[in-house]
Amino acid sequence: MSLIQVRGLSKTYRRGGEAIPVLQALDLDADAGDFVAFMGPSGSGKTTLLNLLGGLDVPSAGSIRVAGDEITRMSAPTLTAWRARHVGFVFQTFNLIPVLTAFQNVELPLLLTRLSKAERRRHVETALEVVGLADRMHYRPRELSGGQEQRAGIARALVSDPTFLLCDEPTGDLDRKSADEILDLLSGLVEEYDKTVLMVTHDPRAAARAHVVLHLDKGVLVGAGAFGPPA
Amino acid sequence: MSYRRLVQASLFRKKVRTALTIGSFAVALFLFGILAVVRGAFQQGVDVAGADRLVVVNRVSIIQPLPLAYRDRLLRVPGVTHATFARWFGGVYQDERNFFPQFAVDREHYRAVFPEFAIADAEWQAFLADREGAIVGAALAERFTWRVGDRIPIKGGVFPGAWEFNVSGIYRGTRPQDDTSQFWLRWDYLDQRTPYRKGVVGWYTVRIADPAQSADVARRIDGEFANSPFETKTDTETSFAAAWVRQAGNIGLLITTVGGVVFFTLLLVTGNTMALAVRERRREFAILKAVGFSDGLVLVLVLAESAIMALVGGGLGLTLAKLGTLLGDPTGGLLPLLYLPPTAIVTGLALALVVGLLASVLPALSARRLRVVEALRQI
Repeated sequence: MSLIQVRGLSKTYRRGGEAIPVLQALDLDADAGDFVAFMGPSGSGKTTLLNLLGGLDVPSAGSIRVAGDEITRMSAPTLTAWRARHVGFVFQTFNLIPVLTAFQNVELPLLLTRLSKAERRRHVETALEVVGLADRMHYRPRELSGGQEQRAGIARALVSDPTFLLCDEPTGDLDRKSADEILDLLSGLVEEYDKTVLMVTHDPRAAARAHVVLHLDKGVLVGAGAFGPPA
Repeated sequence: MSYRRLVQASLFRKKVRTALTIGSFAVALFLFGILAVVRGAFQQGVDVAGADRLVVVNRVSIIQPLPLAYRDRLLRVPGVTHATFARWFGGVYQDERNFFPQFAVDREHYRAVFPEFAIADAEWQAFLADREGAIVGAALAERFTWRVGDRIPIKGGVFPGAWEFNVSGIYRGTRPQDDTSQFWLRWDYLDQRTPYRKGVVGWYTVRIADPAQSADVARRIDGEFANSPFETKTDTETSFAAAWVRQAGNIGLLITTVGGVVFFTLLLVTGNTMALAVRERRREFAILKAVGFSDGLVLVLVLAESAIMALVGGGLGLTLAKLGTLLGDPTGGLLPLLYLPPTAIVTGLALALVVGLLASVLPALSARRLRVVEALRQI
């Protein structure tokens, strides 16, 4: 059974009396260690799909099963706790808290765990080492470059060792060089640490790093271009 | 890092705003402290009144005298254990602005009825031995830098003439709220020098065996002197002091009104500040929720920010008020006892906390209700 199994997923927003379908009866499977990219024009439903997969939003119909858990039937508090355990978010605009250092930003998800201070420190330092930011751990976001901020964002997503990472345009705000470094990092997480990454992107070069590229158009998966996982 | 550090970091995000909000609480609680001190100064007589003491005054008015002979009759009333008397002297020391209460007291029994005033035996003996002797309160002695042995000239007011007294001793209160601004001279000396008003006293104070019987004893006393030329009105010392305070106006209502307006304004100001702070950080709250912070936890973090500002500001204001009381009476004797009681400090901090929490309830609920998807969409 797939790590992530999506069946008949639909999402419809209502504006006034009008129903606006964003996702329509979408089926999807992703296994542990997959690197999946979603591409498509603006408004095609990519980010909505990511939000649904991350338990940030609830679908109008269909089901999402992650590692055996049916998340669409969870209550809001259960879903919040599930999110803390299973999902790591990486955002386009990094979304670090400006008054906290890189270390403290990465530590945030661990505050919700029962780990001791020393254990939290060890986890945070490991995550920052993995993303190559150990020497900047006490810098605040405004003292970091865009690429470094995104590394901190990835470390925050990684630190609690979630089941999968959801990346929403992770290179969208970066220059080419920094973008390549972030993509190297994400690829490395998949290849070396067997992480599962689902990424939304507009950038074909970013999508080229994925094992599978899925195209969305008007809320429907219209075809898959498999760049192919490593053998 | 801890949740405390997270809240602290949020508070230091906009230092000026946080400082101004804390300052608002400090000013409001300083004012609260000062009002509590003023109220306490007016109320002090009520607060320190002995539960086992009754005050007996002339039924017509307190300024009408009572015969000295009543003392023995009072002692015969069942339930009365001690009786003493005093008389208002009302002189002026150097300048009328140097007001302080002066009582001509019964040298034989006054001490037994007011045991809360501590005086060295040797000093009391000196007072008994010198008809021009005087006992002064510690606060009064400090105010005019009087020492034992000093000679104090006082211009008579109610009792005209030039009077001079020797400071025989200094009394101290056994409780912080005891009034140590009084000046006691000997009633017998006053009586000797005023032959036109001999054998009368201003009022009696009696101690009773059982405070629970105070109403009955008071009734018996007034019954004892009914239909005489000097009928009496007896009340507990507490009621007597409360009636005295009421003559100055409804201080409690005034203070409550002023305090209420100040706290309501503070509520609006802080509410606005917290609403702004939450609105600016919607995205951050969304991130916290995205990484697993529950709605309730986000609500608590916002409430904690406001509560900390309230308590820090409140603590600062009350500390300043307390320090202000240590500087002494700025009114030249009208409010001799400046004392910020611990109950007022606790009440002030509790009020600050309530205002802080109330002010942040709506912003905190808005942060709690915030939907991650919507907040992240708004850049």
